[in-house]
Amino acid sequence: MRWLSLMEKIRAPLMVFPAVALIVLLFFGGLVVGLGQSLGYFPAIDSFELTFRYYGEVLSDNTFFESLWQTFRLALLSTVMSSILAIAIALVLRNTFRGSRFFTFLFQLSIPIPHLVAAAGIVLLVSQSGIIARAAYAAGLIDAPRDFPVMVFDRAGTAIQLTYLWKEVPFIGIVVLAILQGIGPQYEEIARTLGANAWQRFRYVLLPLIMPGVLSTSIIVFAYVFASYEIPLLLGVRHPTTLPVLAFQSYQDPDLSLRPQAMAMSIILTLIAVVLLVAYKRLARYAVNT
Amino acid sequence: MQKTIRWVTMAVIFVVALAPILPQFVWSFSHRWLFPALLPTEWSTEPWDYVLSPTSRVGEGFANSLSIAVVVSLLSILVGLPAARALALHQFRGKVVIEWLLMVPIIVPGIVATMGIHQVFIRLHLTDSFIGVCLVHLIPCIPYMVLVMSSVFANYGTELEDTARTLGAGPLAVFRFVTLPGIFSGLLVATMFTFLISWGQYITTVLIGGGTIITLPMVLFPFISGTNYSNAAAISLIFVAPAILVLILTSRQLGRESAVMGGFGKL
Repeated sequence: MRWLSLMEKIRAPLMVFPAVALIVLLFFGGLVVGLGQSLGYFPAIDSFELTFRYYGEVLSDNTFFESLWQTFRLALLSTVMSSILAIAIALVLRNTFRGSRFFTFLFQLSIPIPHLVAAAGIVLLVSQSGIIARAAYAAGLIDAPRDFPVMVFDRAGTAIQLTYLWKEVPFIGIVVLAILQGIGPQYEEIARTLGANAWQRFRYVLLPLIMPGVLSTSIIVFAYVFASYEIPLLLGVRHPTTLPVLAFQSYQDPDLSLRPQAMAMSIILTLIAVVLLVAYKRLARYAVNT
Repeated sequence: MQKTIRWVTMAVIFVVALAPILPQFVWSFSHRWLFPALLPTEWSTEPWDYVLSPTSRVGEGFANSLSIAVVVSLLSILVGLPAARALALHQFRGKVVIEWLLMVPIIVPGIVATMGIHQVFIRLHLTDSFIGVCLVHLIPCIPYMVLVMSSVFANYGTELEDTARTLGAGPLAVFRFVTLPGIFSGLLVATMFTFLISWGQYITTVLIGGGTIITLPMVLFPFISGTNYSNAAAISLIFVAPAILVLILTSRQLGRESAVMGGFGKL
């Protein structure tokens, strides 16, 4: 009997153990090693002192702050725009109408498509000799590629944002759609009989219900964009580039002595991301509940 | 009014969803397609000949990407499924901490962990190896498996399992004939996530694989940053094929099962 109750007690911990062990070893283990290296503990180059020197070097470099701003701007803009567009489209698609299933399928199309393929597609569309520029020429709107606005390798990062929008709107949208379909029309009908207009029904009935989903998915999107490497590297300007690009480039430099700096930069990036996301979660909760 | 909004939305979805993908088919068959021609002036199968030749390493990249994604997905199921079930259906001490630990890699950027793991893997001789790449891909995959499946298990009643057990079914039979059918559609979506996360990984593979393990995104990358759009388009289409297949297999579950995607709301 005692044996059985012991088994019952350790069963759940045993079930979570393999997953937790892997995540702790790989993710948190990597985090600890990285933190150590950013503080100067780097046995491979015979460095064992503990110092904040590398943080100082990173924080005294103007390039770092320019890149930080660029990273933050891109992540914030793509997250906000994706969320708004996703909610708008989900509100339309939740109704059943002729073709709604087909268009919901089309809407999901970009979810499984890799970011790199999306980037290639966006370049082919919006570059100065891309499909849209050619259509503009055919329509007599421009005379040469140089008349078409620069959207790739531009400071604003237009192509980067378009790539993220194309990928992330359906991701947020599909979660919002799932929640909306789970809610059903009852709440809105009650609000309607109580005299709420369309805006009020959205603001005070639907929005609080879908907000948890929007919050979590937009946090995932922000965290992803904030830390992503290949899209800004492919479609963005070299200067200012984004922090992950900067960090990985100094990390991959043949000169190993740059690695502690790269680590310090990545630690700062991680800290900023965590602080921003916690603040955002608090703020959004507060905004919805008032 | 509502009808107009609906029509506009449908038109926008149609154009925007397909615009970055369909032109790549045309590009992959073009030999000469300069501004301002709306269609290629010279067509050719050259990009495909190149892509299918061993020199392009597309075949090697495809095989590596596929086997890594399959191994990573299977491992994610193996460790993620029990963890998700325990989190959804059992109460135990430290549960909140465990939940938090398993979700952190979704939200906290993995850049430090990837670099740190790289240092450790160098010493363990796991860099430049298949298993090393699989391990680093597990970092983002396990949390998604647990996230989706714990939401599925939360909506899953265990009464049928009890009934089966009372009727004399062993643990394996219960899993095979009761649990698995009950969670199958959710598991399909969760596996789609892990497969695609691994399939799309770039910088983690570059770092840990060290150029020895070549995957499809690594083959594609230089063509996008270069100007050979025809080859880029052809490789893109190969890169996208399994993804589309996976979407067709899971789109019903994705759209209809609110429990599956609703899990993201609980993060």
